[in-house]
Amino acid sequence: MKLVKKTVLVPRHALITRITHWINAICLGFLLLSGLQIFNAWPSLYWGQYGADGDPSFLSIGASREHGQLRGYLRVGDATVPTTGMLGVSRVDGQPAERAFPAWLTLPSFQDLAAGRRWHFFFAWGFAINGAIYLLSSLFSGHLRRDLVPDHAELAPRHLWHEIVAHARLRFPKGEEARHYNVLQKLSYFGVAVILLPLMVLTGLTMSPGMNAVAPFLLDLFGGRQSARAIHFITASLVVLFVLVHLAMVLLSGVWNNLRSMITGRYAIEESHHD
Amino acid sequence: MTDNRPVTDKRRRRFLLGGIAGAGAALLAGCDVSLQDTPTGRVLDSAENLTRGSQRLLQGRHALAREFKEADISPRFRVNGSSMPDSEEYAALLDKRFVDWRLKVDGLVARPREFSLGALKLLPARTQITRHDCVEGWGAIAKWTGVPLGDILRATGIMPSARYVVFHCADELEKTLDGSGRYYESIDLVDAFHPQTIVAYGMNGKDLSVGHGAPLRLRVERQLGYKQAKFLMRIELVDSLKGLGGGKGGYWEDRGYEWYAGI
Repeated sequence: MKLVKKTVLVPRHALITRITHWINAICLGFLLLSGLQIFNAWPSLYWGQYGADGDPSFLSIGASREHGQLRGYLRVGDATVPTTGMLGVSRVDGQPAERAFPAWLTLPSFQDLAAGRRWHFFFAWGFAINGAIYLLSSLFSGHLRRDLVPDHAELAPRHLWHEIVAHARLRFPKGEEARHYNVLQKLSYFGVAVILLPLMVLTGLTMSPGMNAVAPFLLDLFGGRQSARAIHFITASLVVLFVLVHLAMVLLSGVWNNLRSMITGRYAIEESHHD
Repeated sequence: MTDNRPVTDKRRRRFLLGGIAGAGAALLAGCDVSLQDTPTGRVLDSAENLTRGSQRLLQGRHALAREFKEADISPRFRVNGSSMPDSEEYAALLDKRFVDWRLKVDGLVARPREFSLGALKLLPARTQITRHDCVEGWGAIAKWTGVPLGDILRATGIMPSARYVVFHCADELEKTLDGSGRYYESIDLVDAFHPQTIVAYGMNGKDLSVGHGAPLRLRVERQLGYKQAKFLMRIELVDSLKGLGGGKGGYWEDRGYEWYAGI
């Protein structure tokens, strides 16, 4: 008898998960770029019901002129960091220009709040409908409970620590273990799909004066329209952070296998058994 | 199941992904062209109808904007748009503290009328502390006092064909020879008869200052700041927005912003 390793393709993602995943990815891309365009129209964030000139902002991106040179800065609380070239001041047609996020990060690239809003709300509708379809179907199919909610054993500190160390060493689950999400995957996917992305929609709606009349409790939930705007921006930053880590993990843990599983639904795992 | 797919499958996948990336780049390059009256623009505009339709459905006619307490009023209220209409006519009106100013109400009304500032102040007033939301993202809270627009429209009587209320303003936000830079705005009858929709002459207990639209400005509290037209001169009832300005129903609407500014 000898030990043989055999690669088998196992069903990984349901069709609805795959479709909504890619629609979500496209929508998030457009929403991020057009969102930064909208942010550029007023690059300061406040807590509370109101905020404008002269009110204390906790974060702002701006520009100042020193010895005739434009300098960009990012200010968070009392700390100011020079960010010339990236934030506050960046090149437009080869010339340094005042703009919070640079042209290559905004949609459209030039300053156009009206167009940015049209892109943003079009894809916001797609994003919200797509997300609702995913969440409802995952709830009813049991995907949420079965695949995304970690169980008690997985949440034990020892197990969590073990997984974190394994991930840091880029040792990813193989064989039988790879048939299911590990606890770090479960926590991050659950956090994004059930907490962060719905939070994007809710804080977005809280900024709408029309929706404030429909659902005034949202203003109380987030502590005001300016707070909702700040949370919208912070949550978007966390989503970007997730996407960066997610892409890195996809690349490091077998890019083709991961991509195939999200396109065809089938994921290859190695099985070893005695012949 | 065993993995015995031929190598070409891998190539096909690479080709597919390359294609997606290429299409994405082409699409993004296309995003930089002006959107107005392009097929892409029209597709994106469909979201505005969806937003208006669903907000109106959820709001009904009378859902109210949040009203705040005196303590919530912003210490400063940013002056935005025109801070002072640049016309001899307005300068003359301001010089005499608006005693010669008249608000004309005409168009598709049964009894066209003119109201002096004094006459408006004698009508039953409504005072509300509300938040002003600029499309740019900032916001400020103030106390507004004025006449419910619905009362004025009932006094003049509107014809059955009237669908929109248009506000003609004294300020030119963009200097043009043909007058297309003149500020104007429009709302439909649902918003016009909303209990919080007022033409305001008072702000924070004082007469409206020039920067905030003296002698009279619109407050339509379930929409964004650019709908809150300042320096009102004339209210006109119309059956279509086509013949006015750029045909989109407002100064900023003619420049690409949504007519329904509920978000």
